[in-house]
Amino acid sequence: MMDLLNAIVALSNFVIIPAMSYGAQLALGALGVTLIYGILRFSNFAHGDTMAFGAMVTVLVTWLFQSWGLSLGPLPTALLALPFGILGCMALVLTTDRIVYRFYRAQKAKPVIFVIVSLGVTFILNGLVRFIIGPDDQRFLDGERFIISARTFKEMTGLREGLAFKTTQGITIITAVIVVALLFWFLNRTRTGKSMRAYSDNEDLALLSGINPERVVMITWLIVAGLATIAGVLYGLDKSFKPFTYFQLLLPIFASAIVGGLGNPLGAIAGGFVIAFSEVTVTYAWKKVATYVLPESMAPDTLVQLMSTDYKLAVSFVILLIVLLVKPTGLFAGKAV
Amino acid sequence: MKKMLLATTAAALVATSALAGGHAKEVKLGILIGFTGPIESLTGPMAAGAELAMTEATESGKLLDAAKVTPIRADTGCIDNGLSTSNGERLVAEGINGLIGGDCSGVTGAILQNVAIPNGMVMISPSATSPGLSTVEDNDLFFRTAPSDAREGQVMAEILQERGVKSIALTYTNNDYGKGLADAIESNFKAAGGEVTIVAAHEDGKADYSAEIGALASAGGDLLVVAGYLDQGGLGIINAALDTGAWDTFGLPGGMIGDSLPENVGPALNGSYGQIAGSGGEGIEKLVALAGDAFDATSPYTPESYDAAALFMLAMQAADSTDPADYGSKILEVANAPGEKIYPGELGKAFDIIRSGGDVDYVGASAVELIGPGESAGTYRMIEVKEGKNETIGFK
Repeated sequence: MMDLLNAIVALSNFVIIPAMSYGAQLALGALGVTLIYGILRFSNFAHGDTMAFGAMVTVLVTWLFQSWGLSLGPLPTALLALPFGILGCMALVLTTDRIVYRFYRAQKAKPVIFVIVSLGVTFILNGLVRFIIGPDDQRFLDGERFIISARTFKEMTGLREGLAFKTTQGITIITAVIVVALLFWFLNRTRTGKSMRAYSDNEDLALLSGINPERVVMITWLIVAGLATIAGVLYGLDKSFKPFTYFQLLLPIFASAIVGGLGNPLGAIAGGFVIAFSEVTVTYAWKKVATYVLPESMAPDTLVQLMSTDYKLAVSFVILLIVLLVKPTGLFAGKAV
Repeated sequence: MKKMLLATTAAALVATSALAGGHAKEVKLGILIGFTGPIESLTGPMAAGAELAMTEATESGKLLDAAKVTPIRADTGCIDNGLSTSNGERLVAEGINGLIGGDCSGVTGAILQNVAIPNGMVMISPSATSPGLSTVEDNDLFFRTAPSDAREGQVMAEILQERGVKSIALTYTNNDYGKGLADAIESNFKAAGGEVTIVAAHEDGKADYSAEIGALASAGGDLLVVAGYLDQGGLGIINAALDTGAWDTFGLPGGMIGDSLPENVGPALNGSYGQIAGSGGEGIEKLVALAGDAFDATSPYTPESYDAAALFMLAMQAADSTDPADYGSKILEVANAPGEKIYPGELGKAFDIIRSGGDVDYVGASAVELIGPGESAGTYRMIEVKEGKNETIGFK
């Protein structure tokens, strides 16, 4: 019985909890990508760096607050700075839309041109963030680090395996739930949300029924800025803030959005968790868990690992390929890519 | 194109004549290292270190016939074989008598094969650490004042033994450096009777290391050895391991030693330990005093660069020639015992001793002792993280 508990705890500690919070971070990122795709109809490669920019503003404001002695007690000060980060990011995306994307929208440019344009924006943001805050790792996490640490858990329960649950993981999961609930309420219940969905479904029809396209575009960008900043800050709190990793994050985020179905918010969330869990579970070495669960005579000598962790990225892309082959619109029937 | 050809031929002719004249009034040493690229922050002090030795020799007026030593800098880009080779060729055409370089292991191999061997040029690398360079066919032209990573694996295995570590999990950054070092640590630790539970690569700059930590933790071990980079994936791995409570102490090879790691990880890193190439004592102190405020003499591979330049000049003095074919065989002689120990700032004295027929044992800034095929035996600084700082706890 104890062994079974140990096995469950080990599995939660190394697979379920990390994958849940990573999945939530991917899901929030993928939501932003999917909204842009659904409404503005292009794949926004600048999304990773938009996240980095929003997170950067938050980091700077956090430092300011910390120097003032402001804090949230056990919670990270960054949560207090988050609204300012979102505002900063909103200013940024509205500026890029005004000076870059609007020009191409007026030209009715093809989506592929938008994609390339967004790649250009990516590199400019890349440079901008490095110019302001530098390319190094930045620490801005404060407050209580763990809700429960592995050591306390072991002492409390007397089990051999520890279970760590970080404050940032808790915040990530809770924030993700709240944000997703708000977003769905907004899209399904409010007039603006409905006009956005109408615009996404059929642009011409929406125009005929008097929906102002520029307003829809603006609101989309504002929401995306909010999502990107929240995802960026949560990720930075949980791991660390480093501009380059946000650019790297772009791949799993796109994989999530496409697996779930581009343009479909529900799909983005599911996709985020599918990618996160597949990265962690498929390459997991089951030795520890198996040793607990199986009788002693059957305890494994090897790692019981399906494949080395080198292949974790490959795993998510194989899933992506299978989904695209079998169901080109993604799990939740988004738009065909 | 014809003019170009003429010019290069002329240059080559000049070069050959310079080489032939053993008693030239000028000695030219090429400094071929990565002034741009991944280790660009290290190469400034490295070049300054090498040039300091040259100035010292010139000012002493005792090298050969009061020869003037001139450095010529060129770039390898650290990872650009094409650039390194063409810049190496250029240096040879400019008539260098010896080549200090390359810096990163990959380009060093390329320069050796494409420039040094065809031209019979002697090269001493201050920083290439790949074990592969120990066994490469070099016609006795290649030396290095940096130790091989194979040696670091040996040192690390000894340290682990001394601390009573029975089993380790090992993760490395997925490149030549990480793989070579991990292999060395694994084989040495196993040979010493230790158990390596898992060897797993990690990629730098990835978003999430949960999967890696899951596998590593499942394999278990007394200690997690992270053969990576301190501001890259290595940091991510350590943070993830601490967060999940999988390990509290880490083994930290050279790539993980730096001030930023304890700063970024925080108090949880206290008690972790490792080693980095470097020596203590008289040699390095003398170099620091000599360098003054001009450059940071303790910057990685800077003492080794000073020593590389010094070895060239001592060997030339011993052979009484600036021709690589003559002085190449003398490098091991001046570097090793027997003889009078020579430290930085004492090059003039060493030239005198050699001239009067005596023997020198160049110690230099990095405690030079060339072994095997002409590479540094390697002194390592043992580091332990105490109260958020890397403390040197001894040398090995």
